[in-house]
Amino acid sequence: MTTYFNEMFDAGKVRAPYARLEDWTKAMPAELREMKQAEAEALFRRIGITFAVYGEGGDPDRLIPFDMFPRVFTALEWARLERGIKQRAKALNAFLVDVYGRGEIVRAGRIPGRLVYQNAAFEKAVVGFIPPKGVYSHIVGIDLVRTGPDDFFVLEDNCRTPSGVSYMLENREIMMRMFPDLFRENRIEPVDSYPEKLRRTLASVAPAKCHHEPTVVILTPGHFNSAYYEHSFLADLMGVELVEGQDLFVEGEFVWMRTTEGPKRVDVIYRRIDDAYIDPLCFRPDSMLGIPGLMDVYRSGGVSICSAPGAGVADDKAVYTYVPDMIRFYLGEEPILKNVPTWQCAKGDDCKYVLEHLGELVVKEVHGSGGYGMLVGPKSTKEQIEAFRARVVADPSNYIAQPTLALSTTPTFVDEGIAPRHVDLRPYCLVGERVELVPGGLTRVALKEGSLVVNSSQGGGVKDTWVLAE
Amino acid sequence: MLSRTADNLYWIARYMERAETMARLLEVGSRISLLPSVHGYRSEWDSLLQASGTAIGFDKKYGEAVQRNIESYLFFDHDNPSSVASCIVSARENARIVRTALTTQVWDALNTAFQELRQLERTPRSQLELSRLTEWTMRHAAMVRGAIDATLLRNDGYDFLNLGYYLERSDNTARLMDVKYYVLLPRVEFVGSGLDNYQWTTLLRAMSSHRAFHWAYGGEVTARKIADFLILNPQCPRSLITCVEGITGHLARLERLYKRSSPAQGKAQALHDGLNRVTVEDIFDEGLHEFLTRFILDVAALGGMVHENYLSGDLR
Amino acid sequence: MLLTVDHVTRYRYDRPVRGLVQSHRLTPASNDGQKVLEWNVTVSDGIPGGTFRDGAGDCLKGWTVPGPVSEVSVTVTGRVETRDMAGVLRGHREWTPPDCYLQDTLPTRVDAALVEIAETVRGFADALDAAHRLSALVGQAIAYTPGATQSQTTASEAMTQKQGVCQDHAHALLAAARHAGLPGRYVSGYLLADAEGAAHDAAHAWAEIWVQGLGWVGFDAANACCPDDRYIRLGSGLDAQDAAPIRGTTRGPGVEHLDVVVAVQAVQQ
Repeated sequence: MTTYFNEMFDAGKVRAPYARLEDWTKAMPAELREMKQAEAEALFRRIGITFAVYGEGGDPDRLIPFDMFPRVFTALEWARLERGIKQRAKALNAFLVDVYGRGEIVRAGRIPGRLVYQNAAFEKAVVGFIPPKGVYSHIVGIDLVRTGPDDFFVLEDNCRTPSGVSYMLENREIMMRMFPDLFRENRIEPVDSYPEKLRRTLASVAPAKCHHEPTVVILTPGHFNSAYYEHSFLADLMGVELVEGQDLFVEGEFVWMRTTEGPKRVDVIYRRIDDAYIDPLCFRPDSMLGIPGLMDVYRSGGVSICSAPGAGVADDKAVYTYVPDMIRFYLGEEPILKNVPTWQCAKGDDCKYVLEHLGELVVKEVHGSGGYGMLVGPKSTKEQIEAFRARVVADPSNYIAQPTLALSTTPTFVDEGIAPRHVDLRPYCLVGERVELVPGGLTRVALKEGSLVVNSSQGGGVKDTWVLAE
Repeated sequence: MLSRTADNLYWIARYMERAETMARLLEVGSRISLLPSVHGYRSEWDSLLQASGTAIGFDKKYGEAVQRNIESYLFFDHDNPSSVASCIVSARENARIVRTALTTQVWDALNTAFQELRQLERTPRSQLELSRLTEWTMRHAAMVRGAIDATLLRNDGYDFLNLGYYLERSDNTARLMDVKYYVLLPRVEFVGSGLDNYQWTTLLRAMSSHRAFHWAYGGEVTARKIADFLILNPQCPRSLITCVEGITGHLARLERLYKRSSPAQGKAQALHDGLNRVTVEDIFDEGLHEFLTRFILDVAALGGMVHENYLSGDLR
Repeated sequence: MLLTVDHVTRYRYDRPVRGLVQSHRLTPASNDGQKVLEWNVTVSDGIPGGTFRDGAGDCLKGWTVPGPVSEVSVTVTGRVETRDMAGVLRGHREWTPPDCYLQDTLPTRVDAALVEIAETVRGFADALDAAHRLSALVGQAIAYTPGATQSQTTASEAMTQKQGVCQDHAHALLAAARHAGLPGRYVSGYLLADAEGAAHDAAHAWAEIWVQGLGWVGFDAANACCPDDRYIRLGSGLDAQDAAPIRGTTRGPGVEHLDVVVAVQAVQQ
């Protein structure tokens, strides 16, 4: 029987960051809690935060479950996390500058060239082009799990367009509205500067040919996208336009947006569309979402694209294994945050081990996301394991495996009262002229008892994440 | 503002106004059908379907013009793009796209209409009186309109919403009059008969203008008085001149804001001048039907120009 | 040899389109085998976009034509001094690692016949020998037959019908080479027609295969040779579409009619 680290109760005693929350829960009768929960749900629905689950159909206006019990870090805990996250974000960007440039890390034999240059996410089209300030990934979302008081592991890096930050902001907003007293009693670091910091980050990477205050836009695939709410939310808070591909066009050396007053030049595009779809003249010719000619403008310095096309090669699950080496290679530092030990099924020995231990491991697709296409060995039936075995055998290089981590738990409101549930954490690191991190992030919680899968598409919920001031 | 955002705002207004008109048409239909019929029950409902431009779609789906089918088609049917339900869903979807350009109150009003519509759709039809449905529609249309007027910033988005309202409304008023005059009463010997007056009164009721009309004109209800009221009287909120004035006003605001004029402005001004010059006698000399047909075409052309000049994004 | 190029592409639309955007890989870069003396690209009513060299060393440029427009012509004229390098690309400034050209694409996917060809060079110690062998086999497998294939035809389709044009030869050769572990890329360019008359179109395409120690070497399977001083190299990519001299799109529903005239001539010196 695995024991799990409980972030509130350690050996029967309440850990310091949660001290004041104990009284709070004691003072809250079940009826009040239910009332507050209903109030929170009404608020979320009114604001319009809903998400559609890929491939599941059902109610497109479903709410992501919100758990009112906050997840808390001390200033000291956070300081270490912050250093580790910034370190990782810097190394990932240095890696991208390198592999699209001279490829020193490959020449030095620290990472196999095959893994980089034959990677589906490697964009040949941007080789030799260094984006402004040498930044490829402007918003790095790093998924972390905790297994002990001082043990944090990076589960994966998200260098393209990590989503979920609107929940970080909205969860806080709703908690402050519903429990103002909590915020008076606890000194909680604010997170509401995120939109402004994001705007500054994006403006700081304006293209070479921009000699004025840059115009920033967010590019969305459209209102049918499951993250559309987040796109419009961020655009609104940053005070920038939310555009679709059809709103932009290329003319001459620049990109313009169609407005009621005529064309307006656009300098920085925060895109929430995959590389393959952003320009039919460079990538998928059948894309209806993109802007024809965009890549020519980008590569000739007329516009900035965030994240930069090609950034995905750094957050590939097979490349992930080498991130600690990147940190040593580019920064000359020891990694502050640990990687989860990973077996790559592409390697014969690793694959053999994985197939022999499927029942104990978590197996994932190299390019998968959102909790799909993965096997959690200890939580699966024999049939599920055998079915998955067939998939791994058929295409080993498409899979990696990791040990089943003993994810920490935090108290969570459930039907029966309060019970521990497993959580992870995604902080959002901003990389532009500066590297910044707001004190907080998105805590996802597996609401099903015993479940280790926190993805919202698989029955996960979210919590407000607190960092206490010193 | 983004042309597409302006387009979404414009269509929120058009769809809400269209939903309201559809409800008003249903109201006219049900009242007229309470009368002993002159040319048979069927032809009156038929004329309604024709007036709303939905006759072909209805015929394909239901064939026979039974009241209950017509109610379903004009109110609930999602296959009919002009049904009340379709219009409300479209208005709300347009609003969701530009959610951040709206106030919470406007969004709430639209979203509430949408959520209540879903409940209505789940309610057994036997429990839904037609009058309840039409009142429900008008109430929500008014709530959206009220939220816009009370809370929205008076920026260009406000102008595009209003352009949508006025363009749709002018078209709808013209069509409703045309139904009465041309479709419902094709034979000249009915003019001035009791049936004629009853139909005019019903039309006024459907436009919620019954009382207003009497205050303004008094005496007998005549076609001329009604034409004057619904076309030329700037006090009537649904008259053609009120709508055209609204359009020229909002286009002028856009000119001041953008510091450039547009061809649409010229067209709107010409329409306005035309209405200012004409008398009700002139209209009847030309023929009310001919006048309304011409007006409907002019408004459609103006809508096309507003699209081309502001909403298409092709402005250079 | 001193070569001149006159290349006109004319687009006509049955009704005016609202605008046109193109990305050109239409200007040769100088290298040891070709020295560009003069080169000019114009687009009727076009607005020039940014110019840059990409990682593969190709010169790219964007063009836009605001609508409404119903006819657009792209005119290329130039003079290039060429030298026979026996196919070897030397003095070409580029950064893209050869391993990037091991990725297959839809038109360069192998089928059983291509695997069989690729297998014939298994165990070859010398990549150059292997490349020559593959090129020869592909040339034999696909008979040069203009009109037998379209621009969307894949390597395996051309292999099945045993007919094709230079694009099909290049795709098939790339598929086989990559299967054999040799990086390969598609090259578009111009070819001086031979004395007996224009057997092949002057707008030509061939393949380059990476040979360790030697670098990129061109192979024209359609003509059973390596590019020499009759060839002008424009640009490269993973397949024909990726290396296309002109990629473009229009806004609006007009139906396009395309008319291309290319003349490559040797200047008497």
